[in-house]
Amino acid sequence: MSGRAFVFGDAIDTDVLAPGIYMKEPIAVLAQHCLEAVDPSFATGVRPGDVVVAGKSFGIGSSREQAAQALKELGVATVLAQSFGTIFYRNALNLGLPVLVCADTARIRAGDRVSVDAASGLVRNETTGEELRAQPLPDFLLAMIADGGLVPHLEKRFAARRAR
Amino acid sequence: MAMTLAEKIIARAAGRERVAPGEIVTCAVDLAMIHDSGGPRRVQPLLDKLGVGLWDPAKVVLISDHYVPANDAETRRIGEVTRAFAAQNPLAGFYDGEGICHVVLPERGHLKPGMLVVGGDSHSPTGGAFGAYMFGVGATEMAGVLATGEIWLAVPETILIEWSGHFGEGVVAKDAMLFLCGRMGMEGGRGQAVQYAGEAIRALPMQERMTLANMTAELGGQTGLIAPDATTAAYLRAAGADPGDSSRWQDAGAIDAAEHHRFDAGALAPQVAAPHSPANAAAVGDYEPTAIDVAYVGACTGAKLVDLRMAAAVLRGRKVASGVSLMVAPASRRDQDAAAAEGVMAILEEAGARFFPNACGICAGYGGTLAENTTCISSTARNFKGRMGAASAKVYLGSPYTVAASAVVGRIADPRPLLAEGGRA
Ligand code: SF4
Repeated sequence: MSGRAFVFGDAIDTDVLAPGIYMKEPIAVLAQHCLEAVDPSFATGVRPGDVVVAGKSFGIGSSREQAAQALKELGVATVLAQSFGTIFYRNALNLGLPVLVCADTARIRAGDRVSVDAASGLVRNETTGEELRAQPLPDFLLAMIADGGLVPHLEKRFAARRAR
Repeated sequence: MAMTLAEKIIARAAGRERVAPGEIVTCAVDLAMIHDSGGPRRVQPLLDKLGVGLWDPAKVVLISDHYVPANDAETRRIGEVTRAFAAQNPLAGFYDGEGICHVVLPERGHLKPGMLVVGGDSHSPTGGAFGAYMFGVGATEMAGVLATGEIWLAVPETILIEWSGHFGEGVVAKDAMLFLCGRMGMEGGRGQAVQYAGEAIRALPMQERMTLANMTAELGGQTGLIAPDATTAAYLRAAGADPGDSSRWQDAGAIDAAEHHRFDAGALAPQVAAPHSPANAAAVGDYEPTAIDVAYVGACTGAKLVDLRMAAAVLRGRKVASGVSLMVAPASRRDQDAAAAEGVMAILEEAGARFFPNACGICAGYGGTLAENTTCISSTARNFKGRMGAASAKVYLGSPYTVAASAVVGRIADPRPLLAEGGRA
C-alpha cells in the first residue's frame, strides 16, 4: 500500500498540528486546521493512506494528544521523521498512528509515492525507485497499532483473558 | 563506553543485557505513583472499562495533594473517590493531606536507586534524584500500567550536564535549573534522559538534588537522573528504607552521552525567570527594580525543609516589607514539623509569613489563587500565564532565598547582600 508524501521541515510543533484556538472543537473540526500554519491546503488535500514526511523534532511542544489524533482523523497512514518530540511519539503510537524514525526523509519530495513497511522499516519511494531505511517497530507495538491503540489493545487482551 | 544510568535501569527493567538509544522495549514497572487529580477519578473508569483491577497494589502509592483540603462539593467528591480507591486496594501507601506527592514518596522510603517508576504527574522526574528512572505519563497510560504492570519505552539518549566547582553562597539548585531553562530552552531536554553530574552536584543534599531533577520537567527531559552515592544511602536509611547495594547504579566514569554540557557552578548568580516561562531566566540583577505584591514559598520544587531553611536564613530578624504578602505552604507535614522543631517556622512567622496547608495549593491554581494584576515572585517550577490565578497576574520564579529577599525588600532582590549581612537577632 502506498500513499503520497506531504513534506514538512524541522520542528513542526503540536500547536501547528493542533492549533490552540481550535482545541475546544470536536476532533473532526480541529483536524481541518492541522498543519494549516505551514501548509493551508494540507487538510483538504490529504487522503487516507497518505504519508507525512518531516525533518527533526516532529511534534515537539505540549502533551496534547489531539496533535496525533488530528493526523489520524485525516487518514494519514504513517509519519516519517528524522526525530520526534517524545510525548508526541508516545501519544501517536498509543493512539494507533504509526510514526517511524527515518534518517533519510530529505530524499523524499512532496508528491512522491511512498510505501512504508513498519515491521521491517523498509521505505520505498516508488516515484524515484529508491529504498530507504526507517527504524522498524517491534511486534508488540505493531499489534497495539493494529488494534487501534493502547486502550482497544488492552480491552482485547483482557477480554481474551476472561474468555479463557 | 559504559551504558548511561538511564540505559542501565531500562535494560534491567526490560530483562536485557544492554539497550541502545532508539530501541523500543517493554519494561516491568517497579512502582506507580498516582495523585488525587490524575489518579483514581481518572484511572478507575478506564480500569472498569478493561474489567480489571490493579496488577499489584503493593507497587502502587496514592497521594492526595492537589485538592486538599477540600473546600467545595467537587473537591469533597474527589476526596471521597480517592479514599474509596485506597480502601478497596491494599496499596503500598496512601497519604492524605500529608504533603506533595514528589516529596512524600521518597520521604516515606518508597524510592530506591535502579527502580523504574511511573508517575501520574508531570514533575515525576523528581524521583530521578534517587537514581531511579521515574517519568510522568497521562491518565490513559497510567491505567495501562496499573492494569498490566508494564510500559513500553523508546530508550532515550542521555544529555549529560556537568557542574564543576561549588555553588556560591545564596546560589542553589533552583538557580542552576532556571539558568539551564534560560540557556537551553524548555525543549532543551528533547524528551531524553538528563543526567546531572560533577563536583557541585555531588555536594548537594538530597532535597536540593530533588529540585534539580524536578525542574527537568521544565527543561523538557523525560527524567533527570543523579547517580546514587553515600548522600543517597544516608537519606534512604533516615526514611526507613534499606539502601541495599546500589554500586551497580553508581557513577562509573565516562558514559556514552549524546550531548555533554559543562558549567562552572562558582560563576552562577541567583536567577529569576520573568513571566510567563521558566525559559525567560536571567541573573536576578536584570529584574531588580520590579515591585512585588506576593512572595510565595511553596510547591514540591520550593518548599521542602531545605527550602524553608533558605527562606529563614534571609528572614531571621527581618520583616516582610509593608504591602507584601509572604505565603508559605511547606511541602510536607514532616518537613513542616522538622522546620518547627529547629525554629525555622518561628522565624518565618515572626517575619510575617502566612502559612498554608501541606499541599499543591496555588501552584495547582487551587485555593487562595493570585488576584488580577498581582505581581508575584515564587519558588515554584512554572510561571505559565494563568497557572496560579488570574491571567493578568505576573509570576516571576526564583529560589527560596531570592523569594525571601524580595519579600523583605518589596521588589525583586538579590539575596546575597542580606545573607552576607547576616540575620538580625
Ligand atoms: S506543587 Fe505544583 S509542581 Fe508540584 S506536584 Fe503540585 S501542582 Fe505540580
